[in-house]
Amino acid sequence: MTRLTLGPIAYHWSAEKRRDFYARIADEAPVDEVYLGEVICSKRAPFHEADLPTTIERLERAGKTVILSTLAEVMLTRERKATADLAAMEAPEIEINNAAGLLARGKRPHRIGPFMNAYNEATIAWMAGQGATHVCLPTELPGPAIAIAARSARALGLGVEVQVFGRASLAVSARCYHARAHGRTKDNCQFVCEADPDGMPLRTRDDAPVLRVNGIQTQSESYVNLMPESGRLVADGVTHLRLMPQGVDMVAVSALFRSVLEGGTLLDEADERLRKLLVQTSFSNGFYYGQAGYRRISNSAPA
Amino acid sequence: MSLAELICPAGTPAALRTAVDAGADAVYCGFNNATNARNFPGLNFTPDELTNAVAYAHARGTKVLLALNTYPPAGKFDLWRDAADLGARIGVDAFIVADMGVANYIRCTHPHMRLHLSVQAAASSPEAIRYYCESFGVKRVVLPRILTIPEIRQIRKEIPCEIETFIFGNHGLMVEGRCSLTNYLTGQSTNMDGVCSPASDVEYLRAADGSMSSRLAGFTIDKFSADEMAGYPTICKGRYKAPHRPDGYYAFEEPVSLNLSRLLPDLIDAGVHAFKIEGRQRSKSYVRNVVSAFRQAVDDIRAGRAPNVADLVALTEGQKQTQGAFETKKWR
Repeated sequence: MTRLTLGPIAYHWSAEKRRDFYARIADEAPVDEVYLGEVICSKRAPFHEADLPTTIERLERAGKTVILSTLAEVMLTRERKATADLAAMEAPEIEINNAAGLLARGKRPHRIGPFMNAYNEATIAWMAGQGATHVCLPTELPGPAIAIAARSARALGLGVEVQVFGRASLAVSARCYHARAHGRTKDNCQFVCEADPDGMPLRTRDDAPVLRVNGIQTQSESYVNLMPESGRLVADGVTHLRLMPQGVDMVAVSALFRSVLEGGTLLDEADERLRKLLVQTSFSNGFYYGQAGYRRISNSAPA
Repeated sequence: MSLAELICPAGTPAALRTAVDAGADAVYCGFNNATNARNFPGLNFTPDELTNAVAYAHARGTKVLLALNTYPPAGKFDLWRDAADLGARIGVDAFIVADMGVANYIRCTHPHMRLHLSVQAAASSPEAIRYYCESFGVKRVVLPRILTIPEIRQIRKEIPCEIETFIFGNHGLMVEGRCSLTNYLTGQSTNMDGVCSPASDVEYLRAADGSMSSRLAGFTIDKFSADEMAGYPTICKGRYKAPHRPDGYYAFEEPVSLNLSRLLPDLIDAGVHAFKIEGRQRSKSYVRNVVSAFRQAVDDIRAGRAPNVADLVALTEGQKQTQGAFETKKWR
C-alpha cells in the first residue's frame, strides 16, 4: 500500500504554529509518515526543538511513523554537532540530507533525503550497501528516470519517495537571502524569515512571480503538484508520496491525495477541488515531464 | 609550505595548450557531453582531442584532470561509465567527480586512478569530506566558495586529503550540485546536463526608451537603463522585486567575479594545496593572461618574494571584484 508522507517544515514557523499544526496533523490528516526537524537553518532549531519529544509522541500515538530529518547544509560547529547528535539516535528513524550525516551514521539504518542527490541506480546501490533503507529522489528527476531508479531501489529492498506536492527546493546557499533582502547578514538576521510562512516572493522586474526565498533556500513560486501523475508513480514502483507543508490547509490537501490513492475520488474531481482550495497558487509538473520545472503539462505520456 | 599547484581551465584544445605554455601545473577539462558541468556548445574535447592534449601536457610536465562532475540520471549511467573508462585508457592524471555512483565505479574498476572531489559534491565540512575520502579514496577536495580562511585552516587539520580552492573567476553563489534554478526556467539541468543559464535561451530586448532587458527562456532576469551595460542573464545574478524591495535588487548576488590574489599567501599558510582558476568558457587570450599572471605570483610567493598584486587585480579591470566568503563571514 502506498504511503503518504508529510515532509519537514521548510519555513520558520513559530513554536506555537508548529504545535497547532502537528496537533491537527495527528488528529485529522490521513498521512502515514511525518518528517520532523530543521532542514534549512540551524539558527531556527532552538525555537522548536524543545517541543520535539512531545510532537513525536503525539504523532506516534496517532499511528504515524515519525522520521527526523537532518540539515541540508552543514558547515558550522553547531550544524556539525546537530547532525552528529541526530545520527547517534536509535529511534526514531532518521533521514540524512548531508554527507556529514552519512559519516556519523555509518552502516546503521537510515533514509536518504532529497538533498543527497540520489539520481541513479549506481548511487542508490552504493547507498543501500551503506545501510540506506529508503531513498527520496531529487525533485528535478524526470519520470522515466524515476521509474528506473525506483525499480532498482525496490530490487534492493528500499522504500522510494517522490515529492508530489509543494514548492520545489531549487537551491541552497551559505548566504541567507532573507537577511540580505532586509540589509542584514545571516549572523544578525533577527529571524526576519518568520514573517513569510510560505516564503518571500520574488518577481521579475516586469512582475512575473518566479521564485520564493526561504532563508538560505530558494524555492519555486509554483507548487509541484503530481496528483495527476501519482497513479503512474505508484505503478512505476514509488512507495511513498511526499507532501511538503505549505501555508495552506494541509489536512485538506492530504485528504485529497489520500482519496485519489484509494480510488475514493475520481482524479479530475480531486484535482478540481485542490485547485479550488488553492486559487492563488500556480501548479507545476514540468520536472516530471523533462521540461522547464515551472510548466504545467497536461497529463500525458512523459517525454 | 604546500606547493600551491596552479590548476587552470581548458575549455578547448587550443586553450589547453595555451594554459600549459603559460605555466599551469595542471589543466582541467571535460568531454563534449553531459558528463561535465560546463557542457556548453563549442567547448570541450572529443576522445581524439583529449588523447592529443594529454600527450602535449605530459610532454611538458603538466597534469590533466578530467571533470566527470555531473550527476547521471537513472538510465543514462553508461555515458559516465564510458567517459571514465575512456579517460583511464587515455591516461588522464585524475578524475574530478561528484556523484557517489560514479566515484564508486571508478574506485572499483580503475583503482589506480586518482579521484578529486568536485565542488559539485558540496562537501563543506570535515565530516562530509572524510565520508568521500573513506568511501572512495578521494585524494583531494575542491572546496565550495563559501568558507573563510580560518575555516579552511581548521578543515585542513581534520581531513586526510589535499585541498583545492577557487581563486579567480566566476563567483558561484549557490551550493553547487544542489541548484535546479536553470532547470526550473529552461528545462535543462545543471546537475544532469551540465548546463547553467544556457546561451541558447538568452535574448536581449531593447525597449522604446532605450532600456534593455536580458531574458532567459522568456523570464526577465534583469533590466538595464540606456546608459548601463546589459549583463548576461545568469539567474542568481539578476535583479528581482520583493514586497519591500519594489524597485528590484540583486536578491542573491551582484555580478562580481572572485579574485583572491591578495589572499594567496594566507591560503597557502592555511594549508591549501592547489589554486583553481575558473573559466573553461573563456578565450585563449584570457587564459594566457590570467595563467601567466598567477604563475608569476605563485612563483614569487614560493621564492619568498611579495607577489605583484596590482597585476592580478588589473586582470578583472572593468568588472567588480570580491573576495567573497574567504575574507569575512559577513558575506553570509
